[in-house]
Amino acid sequence: MNRRYDIVVIGAGPAGLAAATEAAASGARIGLIDDNPRPGGQIWRDGPGVVMPAPARRLRARLELASNIECHLGSRVVAPVGAKSLLIEDDDGAWRVDFKRLILCTGARELLLPFPGWTLPGVTGAGGLQALIKGGLPVAGERIVVAGSGPLLLASAATARQHGANVVRVAEQAGQRSVARFAAGLWRWPGKAIQAAQLLNRAYRVGHQVVEALGDQRLEAVRIRHGDAIEELRCDRLACGFGLIPNTGLGALLGCRLNGAAIAVDCWQASSCDEVLAAGECTGFGGSELALVEGRIAGLVAIGETAQAEKLMAERSHWQVFADALARDFALDPALRRLCRPDTLLCRCEDVPYAQLEGREGWIDAKLASRCGMGACQGRICGGAANFIFGWPQPAPRVPLCPARMETLLLLADREGDHC
Amino acid sequence: MPEIIVNDCPTPVPDGVTVAAALAIAGLAHTRNSVTGMPRGPVCGMGVCHECRVSIDGVRRLACQTLVRDGMRVETGR
Repeated sequence: MNRRYDIVVIGAGPAGLAAATEAAASGARIGLIDDNPRPGGQIWRDGPGVVMPAPARRLRARLELASNIECHLGSRVVAPVGAKSLLIEDDDGAWRVDFKRLILCTGARELLLPFPGWTLPGVTGAGGLQALIKGGLPVAGERIVVAGSGPLLLASAATARQHGANVVRVAEQAGQRSVARFAAGLWRWPGKAIQAAQLLNRAYRVGHQVVEALGDQRLEAVRIRHGDAIEELRCDRLACGFGLIPNTGLGALLGCRLNGAAIAVDCWQASSCDEVLAAGECTGFGGSELALVEGRIAGLVAIGETAQAEKLMAERSHWQVFADALARDFALDPALRRLCRPDTLLCRCEDVPYAQLEGREGWIDAKLASRCGMGACQGRICGGAANFIFGWPQPAPRVPLCPARMETLLLLADREGDHC
Repeated sequence: MPEIIVNDCPTPVPDGVTVAAALAIAGLAHTRNSVTGMPRGPVCGMGVCHECRVSIDGVRRLACQTLVRDGMRVETGR
Protein backbone atom coordinates (compact mmCIF):
# COMPACT_ATOMS: atom_id res chain seq x y z
CA MET A 1 0.00 0.00 0.00
CA ASN A 2 1.49 3.33 -0.98
CA ARG A 3 1.43 6.23 1.46
CA ARG A 4 1.53 9.99 1.27
CA TYR A 5 2.66 12.40 3.98
CA ASP A 6 3.36 16.10 4.31
CA ILE A 7 6.63 15.31 6.04
CA VAL A 8 8.62 12.09 5.98
CA VAL A 9 11.37 11.58 8.55
CA ILE A 10 13.93 8.86 7.84
CA GLY A 11 15.45 7.53 11.06
CA ALA A 12 13.88 7.25 14.51
CA GLY A 13 16.93 8.02 16.65
CA PRO A 14 17.22 11.18 18.76
CA ALA A 15 17.27 13.52 15.72
CA GLY A 16 14.36 11.82 13.95
CA LEU A 17 12.20 11.56 17.08
CA ALA A 18 12.86 15.23 17.88
CA ALA A 19 12.13 16.32 14.29
CA ALA A 20 8.89 14.32 14.04
CA THR A 21 7.52 15.40 17.42
CA GLU A 22 8.35 19.10 16.87
CA ALA A 23 6.74 19.04 13.43
CA ALA A 24 3.67 17.25 14.80
CA ALA A 25 2.47 20.43 16.57
CA SER A 26 1.43 21.83 13.18
CA GLY A 27 -1.02 19.00 12.55
CA ALA A 28 0.88 17.99 9.42
CA ARG A 29 0.69 14.33 8.45
CA ILE A 30 4.04 12.81 9.30
CA GLY A 31 5.60 9.46 8.42
CA LEU A 32 8.52 8.25 10.55
CA ILE A 33 10.49 5.40 8.96
CA ASP A 34 13.26 3.29 10.53
CA ASP A 35 14.84 -0.05 9.69
CA ASN A 36 15.06 -1.19 13.32
CA PRO A 37 12.21 -3.01 15.05
CA ARG A 38 11.94 -0.35 17.78
CA PRO A 39 12.35 3.44 17.81
CA GLY A 40 15.39 5.01 19.52
CA GLY A 41 18.16 4.63 16.96
CA GLN A 42 21.51 3.41 18.23
CA ILE A 43 22.08 5.49 21.34
CA TRP A 44 18.54 5.02 22.62
CA ARG A 45 18.20 1.44 21.46
CA ASP A 46 15.42 -0.22 23.39
CA GLY A 47 15.17 -3.88 24.30
CA PRO A 48 14.36 -6.33 27.08
CA GLY A 49 15.70 -5.00 30.39
CA VAL A 50 16.92 -1.71 28.90
CA VAL A 51 16.25 1.36 31.05
CA MET A 52 15.77 4.29 28.68
CA PRO A 53 17.16 7.70 29.66
CA ALA A 54 14.60 10.39 30.61
CA PRO A 55 14.82 12.45 27.37
CA ALA A 56 14.21 9.27 25.35
CA ARG A 57 11.18 8.34 27.47
CA ARG A 58 9.74 11.85 27.07
CA LEU A 59 10.10 11.79 23.29
CA ARG A 60 8.68 8.27 23.04
CA ALA A 61 5.67 9.41 25.08
CA ARG A 62 5.16 12.43 22.79
CA LEU A 63 5.45 10.16 19.79
CA GLU A 64 2.71 7.88 21.12
CA LEU A 65 0.41 10.84 21.82
CA ALA A 66 0.82 12.41 18.38
CA SER A 67 -1.98 10.91 16.31
CA ASN A 68 -0.66 12.58 13.16
CA ILE A 69 2.65 10.66 13.24
CA GLU A 70 2.61 7.20 11.66
CA CYS A 71 5.60 5.03 12.57
CA HIS A 72 6.92 2.47 10.12
CA LEU A 73 9.53 0.35 11.88
CA GLY A 74 11.46 -2.53 10.34
CA SER A 75 11.25 -0.57 7.09
CA ARG A 76 14.23 0.17 4.88
CA VAL A 77 14.61 2.79 2.17
CA VAL A 78 15.56 0.90 -0.99
CA ALA A 79 15.74 3.84 -3.41
CA PRO A 80 14.44 7.28 -4.25
CA VAL A 81 11.83 7.12 -7.02
CA GLY A 82 11.30 10.40 -8.78
CA ALA A 83 11.83 13.67 -6.93
CA LYS A 84 9.47 13.29 -3.98
CA SER A 85 9.02 9.64 -3.40
CA LEU A 86 10.91 6.74 -1.84
CA LEU A 87 10.63 2.98 -2.29
CA ILE A 88 10.43 1.20 1.08
CA GLU A 89 10.69 -2.50 1.92
CA ASP A 90 9.40 -4.14 5.09
CA ASP A 91 8.63 -7.70 6.19
CA ASP A 92 5.41 -7.79 4.22
CA GLY A 93 6.57 -6.28 0.95
CA ALA A 94 7.45 -3.06 -0.78
CA TRP A 95 5.59 0.25 -0.89
CA ARG A 96 6.11 3.80 -2.03
CA VAL A 97 5.96 6.83 0.20
CA ASP A 98 5.37 10.31 -1.26
CA PHE A 99 6.35 13.42 0.67
CA LYS A 100 6.28 17.19 0.40
CA ARG A 101 9.25 17.59 2.72
CA LEU A 102 11.85 15.07 3.74
CA ILE A 103 13.98 15.13 6.90
CA LEU A 104 17.01 12.85 6.78
CA CYS A 105 18.03 11.59 10.22
CA THR A 106 19.92 8.57 8.98
CA GLY A 107 22.52 8.58 11.76
CA ALA A 108 25.96 7.11 11.58
CA ARG A 109 27.65 3.75 11.50
CA GLU A 110 30.84 2.66 13.20
CA LEU A 111 34.21 2.90 11.54
CA LEU A 112 35.57 -0.64 11.75
CA LEU A 113 39.23 -1.09 10.86
CA PRO A 114 40.77 -4.35 9.69
CA PHE A 115 43.52 -6.11 11.64
CA PRO A 116 44.57 -9.77 11.64
CA GLY A 117 41.74 -11.85 13.10
CA TRP A 118 39.04 -9.16 12.94
CA THR A 119 36.68 -11.48 11.07
CA LEU A 120 36.54 -14.08 13.89
CA PRO A 121 33.11 -14.58 15.47
CA GLY A 122 33.24 -12.76 18.82
CA VAL A 123 34.82 -9.61 17.34
CA THR A 124 32.19 -6.86 17.04
CA GLY A 125 32.00 -3.11 16.83
CA ALA A 126 32.13 -1.21 20.14
CA GLY A 127 28.70 0.29 19.59
CA GLY A 128 27.94 -3.04 17.91
CA LEU A 129 28.39 -4.98 21.13
CA GLN A 130 26.31 -2.44 23.02
CA ALA A 131 23.52 -2.80 20.46
CA LEU A 132 23.68 -6.61 20.59
CA ILE A 133 23.54 -6.61 24.41
CA LYS A 134 20.52 -4.28 24.37
CA GLY A 135 18.91 -6.77 21.97
CA GLY A 136 19.32 -9.47 24.61
CA LEU A 137 22.78 -10.93 23.90
CA PRO A 138 23.91 -12.57 27.17
CA VAL A 139 27.43 -11.58 28.27
CA ALA A 140 27.34 -12.44 32.00
CA GLY A 141 30.63 -13.95 33.10
CA GLU A 142 32.34 -13.27 29.77
CA ARG A 143 35.75 -11.61 29.54
CA ILE A 144 35.50 -8.64 27.21
CA VAL A 145 38.09 -6.32 25.71
CA VAL A 146 36.82 -2.99 24.36
CA ALA A 147 39.10 -1.14 21.97
CA GLY A 148 39.28 1.60 19.37
CA SER A 149 38.60 5.25 20.00
CA GLY A 150 36.23 7.76 21.56
CA PRO A 151 33.83 7.98 24.50
CA LEU A 152 31.68 5.23 22.97
CA LEU A 153 34.26 2.73 24.28
CA LEU A 154 33.42 3.68 27.86
CA ALA A 155 29.69 3.55 27.20
CA SER A 156 30.01 0.12 25.60
CA ALA A 157 32.16 -1.15 28.50
CA ALA A 158 29.61 0.17 31.00
CA THR A 159 26.74 -1.63 29.24
CA ALA A 160 28.74 -4.88 29.20
CA ARG A 161 29.54 -4.56 32.92
CA GLN A 162 25.93 -3.80 33.81
CA HIS A 163 25.05 -7.08 32.16
CA GLY A 164 27.58 -9.02 34.20
CA ALA A 165 30.60 -9.09 31.89
CA ASN A 166 34.15 -8.81 33.13
CA VAL A 167 35.66 -5.97 31.08
CA VAL A 168 39.36 -6.79 31.24
CA ARG A 169 40.65 -3.88 29.17
CA VAL A 170 39.39 -0.69 27.51
CA ALA A 171 42.10 0.24 24.99
CA GLU A 172 41.85 3.81 23.69
CA GLN A 173 44.13 4.46 20.72
CA ALA A 174 44.44 8.21 21.39
CA GLY A 175 47.43 9.25 23.46
CA GLN A 176 47.62 10.64 26.99
CA ARG A 177 47.97 14.24 25.82
CA SER A 178 44.85 14.32 23.64
CA VAL A 179 42.65 12.45 26.10
CA ALA A 180 43.82 14.76 28.93
CA ARG A 181 43.02 17.81 26.80
CA PHE A 182 39.54 16.44 26.08
CA ALA A 183 38.94 15.72 29.78
CA ALA A 184 40.22 19.17 30.79
CA GLY A 185 37.69 20.83 28.49
CA LEU A 186 34.69 18.88 29.78
CA TRP A 187 33.79 21.55 32.39
CA ARG A 188 31.97 23.36 29.56
CA TRP A 189 29.47 20.51 29.41
CA PRO A 190 28.93 19.52 33.07
CA GLY A 191 26.50 16.72 32.17
CA LYS A 192 29.16 15.14 29.97
CA ALA A 193 31.83 15.50 32.69
CA ILE A 194 29.59 13.64 35.17
CA GLN A 195 28.87 10.97 32.57
CA ALA A 196 32.58 10.52 31.83
CA ALA A 197 33.40 10.20 35.55
CA GLN A 198 30.66 7.60 35.97
CA LEU A 199 31.83 5.59 32.99
CA LEU A 200 35.58 5.66 33.71
CA ASN A 201 36.97 2.43 35.06
CA ARG A 202 40.20 0.79 36.12
CA ALA A 203 40.55 -1.15 32.88
CA TYR A 204 40.85 2.09 30.80
CA ARG A 205 44.21 2.68 29.09
CA VAL A 206 45.14 5.43 26.64
CA GLY A 207 47.68 4.95 23.84
CA HIS A 208 46.76 1.26 23.60
CA GLN A 209 45.93 -0.28 20.22
CA VAL A 210 44.60 -3.69 19.25
CA VAL A 211 46.96 -5.30 16.76
CA GLU A 212 45.57 -8.83 16.44
CA ALA A 213 42.64 -11.03 17.38
CA LEU A 214 43.52 -14.69 17.95
CA GLY A 215 41.38 -17.80 17.72
CA ASP A 216 40.44 -20.71 15.52
CA GLN A 217 36.68 -20.89 14.96
CA ARG A 218 36.02 -17.95 17.29
CA LEU A 219 37.85 -15.31 19.29
CA GLU A 220 40.06 -16.57 22.11
CA ALA A 221 42.51 -13.73 22.81
CA VAL A 222 43.65 -10.31 21.64
CA ARG A 223 47.06 -8.68 21.37
CA ILE A 224 47.31 -5.03 22.38
CA ARG A 225 50.23 -2.73 21.69
CA HIS A 226 51.37 0.05 23.99
CA GLY A 227 54.54 1.74 22.76
CA ASP A 228 56.91 -1.15 22.08
CA ALA A 229 55.19 -3.54 24.46
CA ILE A 230 52.58 -6.11 23.43
CA GLU A 231 50.17 -7.63 25.93
CA GLU A 232 48.09 -10.68 25.17
CA LEU A 233 44.73 -10.95 26.90
CA ARG A 234 42.46 -13.98 26.85
CA CYS A 235 38.88 -12.92 26.18
CA ASP A 236 35.53 -14.10 24.87
CA ARG A 237 34.68 -10.92 23.01
CA LEU A 238 36.45 -7.95 21.48
CA ALA A 239 34.34 -4.84 20.89
CA CYS A 240 36.30 -2.58 18.60
CA GLY A 241 35.21 0.70 16.98
CA PHE A 242 37.21 3.67 15.74
CA GLY A 243 34.60 6.41 15.65
CA LEU A 244 31.58 7.04 13.49
CA ILE A 245 30.87 7.54 9.78
CA PRO A 246 27.79 9.60 8.85
CA ASN A 247 25.23 7.63 6.83
CA THR A 248 24.97 9.82 3.76
CA GLY A 249 23.89 7.21 1.20
CA LEU A 250 20.27 8.30 0.78
CA GLY A 251 21.18 12.00 0.91
CA ALA A 252 23.85 11.56 -1.74
CA LEU A 253 21.46 9.59 -3.98
CA LEU A 254 18.93 12.41 -3.69
CA GLY A 255 21.65 14.81 -4.83
CA CYS A 256 22.39 16.52 -1.50
CA ARG A 257 25.79 18.16 -1.44
CA LEU A 258 28.24 16.59 0.99
CA ASN A 259 30.60 18.46 3.25
CA GLY A 260 33.50 16.06 3.77
CA ALA A 261 31.95 12.81 5.00
CA ALA A 262 28.63 14.39 6.06
CA ILE A 263 25.50 15.85 4.45
CA ALA A 264 26.04 19.63 4.14
CA VAL A 265 23.33 21.73 5.80
CA ASP A 266 22.81 25.46 6.38
CA CYS A 267 21.79 27.09 9.66
CA TRP A 268 18.19 25.90 9.09
CA GLN A 269 19.32 22.26 8.72
CA ALA A 270 18.39 22.54 5.03
CA SER A 271 20.42 20.46 2.58
CA SER A 272 21.32 21.66 -0.91
CA CYS A 273 18.21 19.83 -2.23
CA ASP A 274 14.89 21.57 -2.30
CA GLU A 275 12.58 20.46 0.53
CA VAL A 276 15.17 18.07 1.99
CA LEU A 277 16.42 18.78 5.51
CA ALA A 278 18.95 16.77 7.48
CA ALA A 279 19.75 16.52 11.18
CA GLY A 280 21.82 14.48 13.61
CA GLU A 281 24.85 12.33 12.94
CA CYS A 282 24.31 12.16 9.16
CA THR A 283 25.31 15.84 9.12
CA GLY A 284 28.42 15.14 11.21
CA PHE A 285 29.19 13.29 14.41
CA GLY A 286 28.26 15.13 17.61
CA GLY A 287 26.41 12.93 20.06
CA SER A 288 22.77 12.72 21.11
CA GLU A 289 22.48 16.25 22.54
CA LEU A 290 23.54 17.84 19.25
CA ALA A 291 21.34 15.42 17.31
CA LEU A 292 18.33 16.31 19.46
CA VAL A 293 18.63 20.07 18.99
CA GLU A 294 19.35 19.69 15.27
CA GLY A 295 16.30 17.46 14.95
CA ARG A 296 14.11 19.99 16.75
CA ILE A 297 15.33 22.78 14.45
CA ALA A 298 14.70 20.66 11.34
CA GLY A 299 11.20 19.76 12.55
CA LEU A 300 10.32 23.39 13.22
CA VAL A 301 11.76 24.60 9.91
CA ALA A 302 9.79 21.90 8.07
CA ILE A 303 6.53 23.41 9.39
CA GLY A 304 7.62 27.02 8.81
CA GLU A 305 8.25 27.88 12.47
CA THR A 306 11.56 29.57 11.74
CA ALA A 307 11.38 32.03 14.64
CA GLN A 308 11.06 29.11 17.08
CA ALA A 309 13.90 27.31 15.32
CA GLU A 310 16.14 30.34 15.60
CA LYS A 311 15.83 30.28 19.39
CA LEU A 312 17.51 26.86 19.45
CA MET A 313 20.59 27.89 17.51
CA ALA A 314 22.66 28.95 20.55
CA GLU A 315 22.09 25.53 22.11
CA ARG A 316 23.17 23.88 18.88
CA SER A 317 26.41 25.91 18.87
CA HIS A 318 27.12 24.83 22.47
CA TRP A 319 27.00 21.15 21.47
CA GLN A 320 28.78 21.75 18.17
CA VAL A 321 31.86 22.88 20.13
CA PHE A 322 31.71 19.56 22.02
CA ALA A 323 31.54 17.70 18.71
CA ASP A 324 34.58 19.62 17.43
CA ALA A 325 36.55 18.73 20.57
CA LEU A 326 35.67 15.05 20.10
CA ALA A 327 36.87 15.05 16.50
CA ARG A 328 40.10 16.82 17.44
CA ASP A 329 41.06 14.87 20.53
CA PHE A 330 40.21 11.38 19.29
CA ALA A 331 41.87 11.73 15.88
CA LEU A 332 43.15 8.35 14.68
CA ASP A 333 46.83 7.43 14.92
CA PRO A 334 48.24 6.85 11.39
CA ALA A 335 49.91 3.69 12.76
CA LEU A 336 46.44 2.08 12.63
CA ARG A 337 46.77 2.11 8.82
CA ARG A 338 49.49 -0.51 9.06
CA LEU A 339 47.76 -3.25 11.06
CA CYS A 340 46.87 -5.42 8.05
CA ARG A 341 49.00 -8.33 6.89
CA PRO A 342 48.87 -9.24 3.19
CA ASP A 343 46.23 -11.92 3.88
CA THR A 344 44.09 -9.81 6.25
CA LEU A 345 40.65 -9.42 4.70
CA LEU A 346 39.68 -5.83 4.04
CA CYS A 347 36.33 -6.62 2.41
CA ARG A 348 34.49 -9.06 4.68
CA CYS A 349 31.59 -9.65 2.31
CA GLU A 350 33.70 -10.86 -0.59
CA ASP A 351 36.80 -11.97 1.38
CA VAL A 352 39.18 -9.63 -0.47
CA PRO A 353 42.59 -9.49 1.22
CA TYR A 354 44.68 -6.38 1.76
CA ALA A 355 47.33 -7.60 -0.70
CA GLN A 356 44.82 -7.39 -3.58
CA LEU A 357 44.06 -3.74 -2.79
CA GLU A 358 47.35 -2.22 -1.74
CA GLY A 359 48.71 0.06 -4.44
CA ARG A 360 45.37 0.45 -6.28
CA GLU A 361 44.52 3.97 -7.35
CA GLY A 362 41.01 4.05 -5.97
CA TRP A 363 37.65 2.33 -6.00
CA ILE A 364 37.35 1.90 -9.76
CA ASP A 365 40.77 0.31 -9.97
CA ALA A 366 40.02 -1.86 -6.92
CA LYS A 367 36.69 -3.02 -8.33
CA LEU A 368 38.17 -3.82 -11.73
CA ALA A 369 40.75 -6.02 -10.01
CA SER A 370 38.63 -7.61 -7.27
CA ARG A 371 35.14 -7.89 -5.84
CA CYS A 372 35.95 -5.43 -3.04
CA GLY A 373 32.86 -3.50 -1.94
CA MET A 374 30.48 -5.53 -4.10
CA GLY A 375 28.96 -7.70 -1.36
CA ALA A 376 25.87 -7.44 0.80
CA CYS A 377 27.02 -4.42 2.85
CA GLN A 378 27.78 -2.60 -0.41
CA GLY A 379 31.04 -1.12 0.82
CA ARG A 380 29.64 0.34 4.03
CA ILE A 381 32.31 -1.46 6.08
CA CYS A 382 35.29 -1.72 3.69
CA GLY A 383 34.54 1.76 2.29
CA GLY A 384 35.25 3.36 5.65
CA ALA A 385 38.35 1.22 6.13
CA ALA A 386 39.72 1.95 2.64
CA ASN A 387 39.05 5.65 3.18
CA PHE A 388 41.20 5.63 6.30
CA ILE A 389 43.92 3.24 5.08
CA PHE A 390 44.31 4.29 1.43
CA GLY A 391 42.63 7.72 1.42
CA TRP A 392 40.04 6.62 -1.18
CA PRO A 393 36.79 8.61 -1.05
CA GLN A 394 33.79 6.55 0.11
CA PRO A 395 32.30 4.60 -2.82
CA ALA A 396 29.33 6.45 -4.36
CA PRO A 397 26.00 4.97 -3.25
CA ARG A 398 23.89 3.20 -5.86
CA VAL A 399 20.36 1.91 -6.15
CA PRO A 400 19.29 -0.27 -4.39
CA LEU A 401 20.62 1.18 -1.13
CA CYS A 402 20.35 -2.23 0.56
CA PRO A 403 19.87 -5.81 -0.56
CA ALA A 404 16.20 -6.06 -1.56
CA ARG A 405 13.80 -8.79 -2.64
CA MET A 406 13.20 -9.40 -6.31
CA GLU A 407 9.55 -8.25 -6.06
CA THR A 408 10.77 -4.94 -4.63
CA LEU A 409 13.25 -4.45 -7.45
CA LEU A 410 10.52 -5.20 -9.98
CA LEU A 411 8.51 -2.31 -8.55
CA LEU A 412 11.54 -0.12 -9.01
CA ALA A 413 11.87 -1.17 -12.64
CA ASP A 414 8.15 -0.40 -13.28
CA ARG A 415 8.49 2.97 -11.66
CA GLU A 416 11.59 3.91 -13.62
CA GLY A 417 9.74 2.96 -16.78
CA ASP A 418 7.07 5.56 -15.89
CA HIS A 419 9.66 8.29 -15.94
CA CYS A 420 11.34 7.46 -19.21
CA MET B 1 8.61 -17.70 26.73
CA PRO B 2 8.56 -18.09 22.94
CA GLU B 3 10.18 -21.12 21.36
CA ILE B 4 12.06 -20.82 18.09
CA ILE B 5 13.54 -23.58 15.97
CA VAL B 6 17.25 -23.09 15.38
CA ASN B 7 18.68 -25.50 12.80
CA ASP B 8 15.82 -27.95 13.52
CA CYS B 9 16.41 -27.73 17.29
CA PRO B 10 13.55 -26.25 19.40
CA THR B 11 15.01 -23.49 21.60
CA PRO B 12 13.13 -21.50 24.25
CA VAL B 13 14.22 -17.85 24.25
CA PRO B 14 13.21 -14.78 26.29
CA ASP B 15 10.49 -12.59 24.85
CA GLY B 16 11.55 -9.46 22.96
CA VAL B 17 15.13 -10.45 22.14
CA THR B 18 16.66 -10.25 18.67
CA VAL B 19 17.42 -13.36 16.65
CA ALA B 20 21.12 -12.45 17.03
CA ALA B 21 20.73 -12.67 20.82
CA ALA B 22 18.66 -15.86 20.54
CA LEU B 23 21.41 -17.58 18.54
CA ALA B 24 23.96 -16.68 21.22
CA ILE B 25 21.56 -18.06 23.86
CA ALA B 26 21.41 -21.26 21.79
CA GLY B 27 25.22 -21.39 21.94
CA LEU B 28 25.85 -20.39 18.34
CA ALA B 29 28.55 -17.75 17.74
CA HIS B 30 28.39 -18.19 14.02
CA THR B 31 25.65 -17.01 11.72
CA ARG B 32 26.93 -17.47 8.18
CA ASN B 33 29.84 -18.86 6.19
CA SER B 34 31.86 -16.38 4.19
CA VAL B 35 32.45 -16.81 0.45
CA THR B 36 35.67 -18.70 1.25
CA GLY B 37 34.01 -20.76 3.98
CA MET B 38 35.09 -18.89 7.11
CA PRO B 39 32.66 -18.72 10.04
CA ARG B 40 31.22 -15.26 10.73
CA GLY B 41 29.09 -13.84 13.52
CA PRO B 42 27.25 -10.58 14.20
CA VAL B 43 29.53 -7.50 14.04
CA CYS B 44 27.83 -4.12 13.76
CA GLY B 45 24.63 -4.99 15.64
CA MET B 46 22.73 -2.35 13.66
CA GLY B 47 21.93 -3.66 10.20
CA VAL B 48 24.99 -2.37 8.34
CA CYS B 49 27.51 -5.20 7.94
CA HIS B 50 25.13 -8.06 6.99
CA GLU B 51 27.41 -10.60 8.73
CA CYS B 52 24.48 -11.83 10.84
CA ARG B 53 22.28 -12.73 7.91
CA VAL B 54 20.46 -16.01 8.42
CA SER B 55 17.45 -17.72 6.95
CA ILE B 56 14.31 -16.90 8.93
CA ASP B 57 11.19 -18.80 7.85
CA GLY B 58 12.91 -19.32 4.52
CA VAL B 59 13.74 -15.67 3.88
CA ARG B 60 17.20 -14.14 4.23
CA ARG B 61 17.11 -11.62 7.06
CA LEU B 62 19.43 -9.82 9.44
CA ALA B 63 19.43 -11.50 12.86
CA CYS B 64 20.32 -8.24 14.63
CA GLN B 65 17.24 -6.41 13.33
CA THR B 66 14.69 -9.19 13.68
CA LEU B 67 12.84 -9.93 16.92
CA VAL B 68 12.04 -13.52 17.88
CA ARG B 69 8.52 -14.83 17.33
CA ASP B 70 7.10 -18.08 18.64
CA GLY B 71 7.55 -20.86 16.10
CA MET B 72 10.06 -18.96 13.99
CA ARG B 73 12.47 -21.20 12.05
CA VAL B 74 16.06 -19.98 11.89
CA GLU B 75 18.80 -21.61 9.88
CA THR B 76 22.45 -20.57 10.19
CA GLY B 77 25.67 -21.35 8.39
CA ARG B 78 24.39 -20.82 4.91
